[in-house]
Amino acid sequence: MQNTSSFHSKQDTRKRVNSALRYIILTVFAIIMIYPILWLIGATFKTNAEIFTSASFIPSRIDFTPYVKGWITGGDYTFTTYFINTFEYVIPKILLTLLSATLVAYGFARFEFPGKKIMFSLLMATMFLPAVVTQIPLYLFFRDLHLLDTYVPLIARSAFAQEPFFVFMLIQFMRSIPRTLDEAATVDGCGSFGILRLVLLPSLKPALISCVIFQFMWSFGDFLGPLIYITSPSKYPVSIALKLNADTSAGTVPWNQIFAMSLVSLLPAIILFFSAQKYFVEGVTSSGIKG
Amino acid sequence: MKNQKVGLIYVSPWIVGFLVLTIWPMIMSLYYALTDYNMIFKPNFIGLQNFINLFKDATFMGSMRSTFIYVIFSVPLQLAFALIVAFILNFKLKGIGLFRTAYYIPSILGGNVAVGILWRFMFQPTGLVNNFLGTFGIHPIGWLSTPTGAMTSIILLKVWQFGSSMLIFLAALKDLPTELYEAASLDNASKWQQFIHITIPLITPSIFFNLIMQVNNAFQEFNGPYLVTGQGPLKSTYLASLFIYDSAFKQYNMGYASAASWVLFIVIVLITIILFATQKKWVYYSDGGND
Repeated sequence: MQNTSSFHSKQDTRKRVNSALRYIILTVFAIIMIYPILWLIGATFKTNAEIFTSASFIPSRIDFTPYVKGWITGGDYTFTTYFINTFEYVIPKILLTLLSATLVAYGFARFEFPGKKIMFSLLMATMFLPAVVTQIPLYLFFRDLHLLDTYVPLIARSAFAQEPFFVFMLIQFMRSIPRTLDEAATVDGCGSFGILRLVLLPSLKPALISCVIFQFMWSFGDFLGPLIYITSPSKYPVSIALKLNADTSAGTVPWNQIFAMSLVSLLPAIILFFSAQKYFVEGVTSSGIKG
Repeated sequence: MKNQKVGLIYVSPWIVGFLVLTIWPMIMSLYYALTDYNMIFKPNFIGLQNFINLFKDATFMGSMRSTFIYVIFSVPLQLAFALIVAFILNFKLKGIGLFRTAYYIPSILGGNVAVGILWRFMFQPTGLVNNFLGTFGIHPIGWLSTPTGAMTSIILLKVWQFGSSMLIFLAALKDLPTELYEAASLDNASKWQQFIHITIPLITPSIFFNLIMQVNNAFQEFNGPYLVTGQGPLKSTYLASLFIYDSAFKQYNMGYASAASWVLFIVIVLITIILFATQKKWVYYSDGGND
């Protein structure tokens, strides 16, 4: 029996080596993963010459001039305009997503109606439907409605619950809320909308917050949509403005200014991520299929 | 029951949206694909001529080839990373939340224009990547000036964003029954054997889900190549979505571009169907696949 203690200590060392190894692997990979972002942060304070010569993310000076100059831009509009423009369609898009996705999810989660099975299958199928095929006819459709160069085409799909990710996520959440609550409310004389508002909505809060966060990330970062639909510089969102700034500056490109504005454009996403981490995890995992 | 109609009212936004913003555009897309519509003259019906021309068009065929290369390398690499990292993160280690954040952040920011600009800069001859490789004595690589280098840079951008696949894997791993592992340990199965024979089979549903979603996304990838490499040397990174965008919104060949989008659409749908068909052979559902 004297072997037991040495066996245990051997196991302990093995365990310790194992977890140390895991930490090392995780740390090395994590640094590689976030290094580009760290470097970007550093580069916003660097001079142009330093950007090209130094792989270190720590700048040799702290100077906010690139932010000030970058924000003003050399063009007709400042980033104030571009940010306001972006929020002008991102906020309605989020609100309409919440409204339409909640109503539709409620319909699917709590009611029986003719054709429900087929409709639900179609809803799920659109999750796997390559969007590329509707791009051109939608453009022509909105042209015929004289809605090009407005934010309507960017918002339309959200207003009609055409983003199955959100509907599906809310359906999953609603299914987990016991129906007995609905029934009790019905007995108390609550109508179907009353049940949604008074019984389901309070419990849906985490799911709705997930929707807000994901929709914010996606529509704020959307590039192809505005690229196709928005043509007036006065209506450009941040994404298009950034791309043009990086392209058009001829001669010596003020990279530090471009990076400063790039970082500013990423800030909303970064702040949102850190303040609502758990909702991301909930959102992704409830939409994914578990093993 | 009167309930029936109520349910239909709640899902009606989705029904309207589905008909107007999904089904109708798809029908119109097929119609445009069979015409010579160029936004100036009225569309003339030309049968399958667009499709015949596409298959003779070296640029289009090249873009399809590049798209396949992009998908074949980016998706498996991304999923492999996601799975390995999820597996390591699943162990109970202190500070694991910090690592999870570091690995997820790139996915949050990945689609943004800012990251595209950063990526383009990182892979310049004197950019961050070559500077970093230089510290190991590796000569500068022409990332953006050689076809292979350009393709590699946009594949790396995709792989870098493995976070959301990772979260889905992580959720699946957390759900695994511990009894199986205890039984396997008693049978002296090594960790590696347990991973191959227990973990992998049990999480095949999430592997399948991630595979379908990522294949679909990768085939339609636009931001990466558009922002980082453009067409790339010898059009090496001129992916199908870029071809479609240029034909439609730069040359206004709406008919031709619609036909191209249908080719891409059919390829994605066929591959999705094939993947679904192979499901029975390798995807393991604990409930027999009835859900």
